Amino acid sequence: MRRLKFGWTMFVAVLLLAGCVSRNSHVISGGSAVELRSFQTRAFDTTDKHQMIRTTIAVLQDLGFIIDKTDEDLGLVTGTKLSGYQIRMSIIVQPRGEKQMAVRASASYNNRAIEDPLPYQDFFSALEKGIFLTAQKID
Amino acid sequence: MKEFKLRLKQIFLLLLSLFVFSSCASLPKDAFKLSATSLQDRQLQSRKFTTLNSRMLLSAGAGVLQDMGYTIDESNAVLGVLTASKNADARDTGQILGAITVALLTGVVPPTDKEQNIRICLVIQEALDKQKSSVARITIQRVIWNTEGHISRVESVHSPELYQAFFDKLSKATFLEANQI
Repeated sequence: MRRLKFGWTMFVAVLLLAGCVSRNSHVISGGSAVELRSFQTRAFDTTDKHQMIRTTIAVLQDLGFIIDKTDEDLGLVTGTKLSGYQIRMSIIVQPRGEKQMAVRASASYNNRAIEDPLPYQDFFSALEKGIFLTAQKID
Repeated sequence: MKEFKLRLKQIFLLLLSLFVFSSCASLPKDAFKLSATSLQDRQLQSRKFTTLNSRMLLSAGAGVLQDMGYTIDESNAVLGVLTASKNADARDTGQILGAITVALLTGVVPPTDKEQNIRICLVIQEALDKQKSSVARITIQRVIWNTEGHISRVESVHSPELYQAFFDKLSKATFLEANQI
């Protein structure tokens, strides 16, 4: 009987501890950083950071986002899309080498990080289209 | 036979719950794709003003939003971005009448929309054509809570009349004509 009680107590203790560990681990959780970065990042052949940020803002608007936050120094744009669900997205535009701008996007769907490459591919193809239209001077 | 029916019902419920959970969890495939109407939406949401003074347009926009009771949440004069929000009543007569009808028929009062948080984002970009002009574009979103305090809807507001009303005000505030792009 005592052994059973001990076993039960241990079981509860393990459950509680397991709960603690997993909760805190989410703070710095995430998949493989290298893999995630690779499909969240695209390099574009331009040195005009300002125009790149502006195009990003326009494309986000095209996709139905509202701009929540911007910071030109950091090259940051954060937006939210509401359409029966919530998507939040942060984009950082930074110089990459002498001739390129790197654009990194990270998004969450209903407050959960999107770690699937496909949505990012869709976003970057919309961004490429936006950059093309800007370069061709088409409103 | 009875047992078979019960088992069938269980399987059905299991499938239904799986379907509901899976649809909850997965991102819609078109979430990051430009929709077929995105160009049309852009035109409806944008107006061209014959000025390159984006700061003037932005501060006039801020004034118009303040007039309508919005609080400015974010502004960036360099990038030409302004985001503002306000809370407002979300009660809808039609919906309340519907709820009363349902309550009379079933004895249960269904929740109706009560309160909404509206967000407007105004972005000023330099027009890409050769005329010296700027393009102002607004997008509107809202979250609606029902009488039980739960979120009943999160959506983008697509209303050409609302866009027109906003640009009419912006046009008056800037003494400039708002032209279709």
